[in-house]
Amino acid sequence: MTRTPQSRLVGRIDGDIVGILLLAALLVIVLPLGLDIFRLNMVGKYLTYAFVALGLVLCWGSAGILSLGQGIFFGIGGYCMAMFLKLEASSPEATKIQSTPGIPDFMDWNQLKELPWFWEPFHSLTFATIAVVAVPALLAFIVGLAMFKRRVGGVYFAIITQAFAAILTILIVGQQGYTGGINGITDLRTLKGWDIRTDEAKLVLYFVNAALLIGCILLCLYVRRSKLGRILVALRDKEDRVRFSGYDVANFKIFVFCFAAALSAVGGAMFTLQVGFMSPSFVGIVPSIEMVIYCAVGGRLSLLGAVYGTLLVNWAKTMLSESFPELWLFAMGALFIGVVMVFPNGLAGLYQQFIAPRLRRTAAGRVDEAADAGAPIIPPHTAAD
Amino acid sequence: MANSTDYLLAVEGLTVSFDGFKAVNDLSFYVDSNEIHVIIGPNGAGKTTVLDLICGRTKASGGSIKFRNKELTAMKEHQIVKAGVGRKFQNPSIYDDLTVFENLEISYPRGRTVFGALAFKRDAAVRERVAEIAEMIFLADNLDQRAEYLSHGQKQWLEIGMLLIQDPELLMLDEPVAGMSVNERRKTAELLNKIIQNRSVLVIEHDMKFVEDIAHRVTVLHQGKILSEGSMERVKNDPKVVEVYLGH
Repeated sequence: MTRTPQSRLVGRIDGDIVGILLLAALLVIVLPLGLDIFRLNMVGKYLTYAFVALGLVLCWGSAGILSLGQGIFFGIGGYCMAMFLKLEASSPEATKIQSTPGIPDFMDWNQLKELPWFWEPFHSLTFATIAVVAVPALLAFIVGLAMFKRRVGGVYFAIITQAFAAILTILIVGQQGYTGGINGITDLRTLKGWDIRTDEAKLVLYFVNAALLIGCILLCLYVRRSKLGRILVALRDKEDRVRFSGYDVANFKIFVFCFAAALSAVGGAMFTLQVGFMSPSFVGIVPSIEMVIYCAVGGRLSLLGAVYGTLLVNWAKTMLSESFPELWLFAMGALFIGVVMVFPNGLAGLYQQFIAPRLRRTAAGRVDEAADAGAPIIPPHTAAD
Repeated sequence: MANSTDYLLAVEGLTVSFDGFKAVNDLSFYVDSNEIHVIIGPNGAGKTTVLDLICGRTKASGGSIKFRNKELTAMKEHQIVKAGVGRKFQNPSIYDDLTVFENLEISYPRGRTVFGALAFKRDAAVRERVAEIAEMIFLADNLDQRAEYLSHGQKQWLEIGMLLIQDPELLMLDEPVAGMSVNERRKTAELLNKIIQNRSVLVIEHDMKFVEDIAHRVTVLHQGKILSEGSMERVKNDPKVVEVYLGH
């Protein structure tokens, strides 16, 4: 009469893949056909935040570790890419009017006479690409090691990540000669001689970004469906039980924090490529919290929900800022309160509660209307999903 | 293996103090292989603290805990588990958001490192073992149910099952029948008698009827010290025990 657990599981697996295919269709077919290049580039920019939101789904949603400092990793990823692009844009010919040709313009303005040592390796695209992922992951590893091995968690961890975000912003702004300061690294032009400012380049980068995002969603799906994914949920719930089942809990937390950091950094690098600059305004406390809101609105337990949430909130932000710029912060605050009070599992939670059961009923009804009439509604997949 | 002078678990001179208050004071006791050892005592006697000390949740201020001649006080919690000590908490400590199957699977002793867990495959060996344990803990029909929806008694059994799947040599249970119905209690005693094959069990319990049913040896704790020790018969008739604990 009712479906067996086995078929229910199969139905769910299909559901995830179907959802990803639908998102892929939206990103690579519907939006490119429906939007001009200016708007499409804007969507591409929003999608770079979706990488951060994906990381938060694993870190915060699955494992219950709220980080209010994901901007750190987004920013470092972005800066690593920007450093490479800036060096390419600062060839001796292009910068011959400077007092020291061949170094980035802002260094010249700050009376630097030679390229700092840590900039040197960023002449190599291979190094820069590796650094995009490796540097944030390493930093997350160190922070995670220091915090989780000492069993710092919950709100204390959130506050510490926020402090790190503030520290990094201050560092970047203060070390103007090495980092470009408050303006960030601007005036990026070419990637291996390919001009990234043209419409064609923006279109190509949009598709690269979309493909990377789908790839990252699949990667996250793999992690969530592995035993590691279930251990994360278990330790969110009963950390001690996991510990006394023979697991070194801290290692799992460090892993998921590093993983989320690496994802954010990929988003940051794609941001730099598509928008053409990187600045400390994407690193600090406010952007970091905004990123958490994207994830919360979409649903912190759902990978796809987080992507849609990111798109929707950013779209609303753009619309609102275009017409009523002063209202955006209030709207964002209201949104956050709304999510926390009214729909804690975000849009994905609403979908699972109201739309999914209806879809299931319709789908099942087509197969066997009579048999399904008495089928119990599966409780909303709040957490394990 | 252990001979008569070589206990499975030897606790000697164990002391822990919280801000000067000695919750456990110079405590020594021994657990044999294949023994059901019950710790009883009034509230605040330090019973749960003793289990916390053995499993590494609380660090001892002094003394030693030797498990198969390995010193546990210097080990981390997960290492103690790997050495063969399993611990059940007082309140059912299970993962509400996962199914019964997944709860048991997480405790299956394989793939306990980060990358081991990523590569873990749910193969036939895992499924068979989970099914076997589920049968034993009366939850064979509930494998795909979310643990949240189990009854209180079933949750207690599930946690016992999560420990059994690790196959520990020493199983520590903190009030396993608290809050259970008479029927559930009977089944739990049956379960415990079934699972003691090839392992020792250290139990904290208040229910005297239950203790009499299962205990091989009883230790009575009072204010962090041993008040009396021996068979249930002996302990029950010890005037000191009657005065502080059983005298009602």
